[in-house]
Amino acid sequence: MNLDFSEEQRILRKSAKDFFTRESPELLIRDMRKHETGHDVELWKKMADLGWLGVIIPEEYGGTGGTFMFLAVILEAMGEACLPGPFFSTAVLGANAILLAGTEEQKKTLLPQIAEGKQVFALALSDPGNGNVYNKTKTLAKQNGSEYVIDGEKHFVENALVADKIICLAQVEDKNGRKRGLTLFLVDSKTPGLEIRPFQTLAYERHCQVVFHGLRLGEKAVLGKTGKAGPALEALLERAAVAKCAEMLGAAHVAFDTTVAYAKERVQFGRPIGSFQAVQHHLANMAVDVDCMKYLTYQAAWRISEGLPAGKEAAMAKAYAGEAAARVTRFSHQVHGAIAFCDEHNMHFYYRKVRAAGLTFGDSEYHLEKVARSLGL
Amino acid sequence: MEFKFDEKEEAFCQEVESFLKSALPSDWAEKNITWPGGYGSLGFLGDDALEILARYRKMLIEKGWNTISWPKEYGGREYTYVEQAIFDERTSYFRAPNIDVIAGGMVAPTILRVGTEAQKKKWIPRIAAGEITMWLGYSEPNAGSDLAAIQTTAVQDGDEYVINGQKVWSSMAQTSDYAWLIVRTDPTAPRHKSASFFLVETKSPGITIRPLQTILGNYHYNEVFFDNVRVPAENLVGEKNHGFYHLMTALDFERVILVGIGGFKRVFEELVAQVKQTKRDGVLLSKNQSVRHKLARIATEIEAGYMLVWRTAEMLDRGLSPSVESSALKLVATELSRKMAEVAMDIFGPYSLIEEDTGFTPFRGLAPRGYLDCISATIGAGTSEIQRNIIAYRGLGLPRA
Repeated sequence: MNLDFSEEQRILRKSAKDFFTRESPELLIRDMRKHETGHDVELWKKMADLGWLGVIIPEEYGGTGGTFMFLAVILEAMGEACLPGPFFSTAVLGANAILLAGTEEQKKTLLPQIAEGKQVFALALSDPGNGNVYNKTKTLAKQNGSEYVIDGEKHFVENALVADKIICLAQVEDKNGRKRGLTLFLVDSKTPGLEIRPFQTLAYERHCQVVFHGLRLGEKAVLGKTGKAGPALEALLERAAVAKCAEMLGAAHVAFDTTVAYAKERVQFGRPIGSFQAVQHHLANMAVDVDCMKYLTYQAAWRISEGLPAGKEAAMAKAYAGEAAARVTRFSHQVHGAIAFCDEHNMHFYYRKVRAAGLTFGDSEYHLEKVARSLGL
Repeated sequence: MEFKFDEKEEAFCQEVESFLKSALPSDWAEKNITWPGGYGSLGFLGDDALEILARYRKMLIEKGWNTISWPKEYGGREYTYVEQAIFDERTSYFRAPNIDVIAGGMVAPTILRVGTEAQKKKWIPRIAAGEITMWLGYSEPNAGSDLAAIQTTAVQDGDEYVINGQKVWSSMAQTSDYAWLIVRTDPTAPRHKSASFFLVETKSPGITIRPLQTILGNYHYNEVFFDNVRVPAENLVGEKNHGFYHLMTALDFERVILVGIGGFKRVFEELVAQVKQTKRDGVLLSKNQSVRHKLARIATEIEAGYMLVWRTAEMLDRGLSPSVESSALKLVATELSRKMAEVAMDIFGPYSLIEEDTGFTPFRGLAPRGYLDCISATIGAGTSEIQRNIIAYRGLGLPRA
């Protein structure tokens, strides 16, 4: 047993923390929330130079070849900084989708572009009204020889507006109307027939509604093999869920630390409010929540890094972290009182962030159900 | 990071497991009715229980596993904290009885740390050989969570001390040989610098023991009265008037290594198995989403408990002070004892009320036992509220009220 970071991971953690403190001292999200695309191109280049965009991309494809744990370390630091932008949709979703489903040629072409910061990715999975079940997607790709014609609608496609490529999940149907299975398509965002409409959300994430109007794609647009996306998709969703846990961990940790510090300095009734037991017990419960979500998250990330089955551990982490991070930020607000209800205070960014992360890639109900199944129920 | 045992730890785990299989009857675990975290289970064993216990205890002592935390020079095994945690996990998973936990696990390590050479010579070999058992004389009627309010006194009289007062909640005092007793030795000093530890023979003249019946009906803990009990001065352990400092060390140890996390896993596995074969209104409980999610939550929290066990043990092995983690572990585990009991009561509906074997009793009647026994879990060895206070003061550095 060894539940500590390796020396390399410790160094990465420190440099990530330092980087975000330097680049985003007042929380970048405060300005970026009003920005047109939510994408800071200068910051993006710096992150590419640091090797973070390709952190899990093997060296042979132009990345730095770190394990999933390295990605988790960066995401935790991003959660601490409440960082906006397309890192998650590109370096987590895009890179992993290609690694898990792509052909050798696709990996060789696309992964270096991600690592170098030349391409932004978005992932389009959810049909209208979709919960967390993707295998019944109504987005259809009708196969006609070597051509596919896609019709359908996707919701919650984060960063579609700034993406160069959108990876889209569709059911392939042959000429005779026979289903050929789930398939991921690489769609150039400039392709005619693509309609992208952004909508505002709680945590200022740039989610979009994407509609495919008879979009025509060639054979090369299939990521991997036609009809064979199922297992890759499952693995991708597992990684995305754990990645969201790492973000939530960072965000909840900062909210918690800030609140402990505030409780020590804020004086009422002639003494720091942190000396009142009612406040202390809120903080003690928050400490326990943060600790539990931390090790559940690290355990899941470690299993993915080691190539071990991680379905149960990932589901436990996401089910727990989603609820725990929400509790931690909720009580952070409670302890701060009215001051943190002011927009100029940063707490609400964390309160927003963890709720958004908790509800994407499977909410707690969904992951509890996965845990139940892993128990053989 | 490495969320798995190394080869040595894995081998130790196997060793403990095969020992337990050889030392306990094969149906021991499945017949055992202990509820994890609870204190109320002793005394509810079958007719041959005493014989089985004696045999198990003998084998355990022969193996030297009552001294796993001790330094080698005193015949101990000097196991790492992770190994001690593995031992606690495996033994609790197999629902093995806790043997000599107080004498071997808490008192002896304290004597080794703060006792005189003469005391080490006198007590350590006897504890190692399993010749003596001990009970804890901590709480008093007016000193529960506020332990520093103890009023029992020891007054020196030549080469003896004379003890007067009363202790309470003393587990198994009625059957153990010596008290590990904390009493006030300087009534004028500040509270934290006024107490000392004594080893007092239970059958000393002047000691009266009144067993208290728990809500489970058994006799586990006691009231103990001291009326001019004379103790040799050499039985004062550690520095005079520094008892509370020695106590903090012993308490930390109790919270870390004796949480019995394996017991939670074991009873949960049994609960899940029962749910898979129990129908309500013709439908298996395991198909009921509310039941599924309740169980999934418990499973997740047990996993978190395991993480805290390994984390705390591993921090101790590296000489770090797990100030938040050890209290968080005690808090999480014992609150889980309560939550799991509540879930078991909820999901079996009115059948949760049945205590005896009727042929249609679910979960071997463990639900109502757990429902009662879990009350003790969040109170004994520091209440949940005290754990939160400790996290706040020691872990987070918040000012005292």
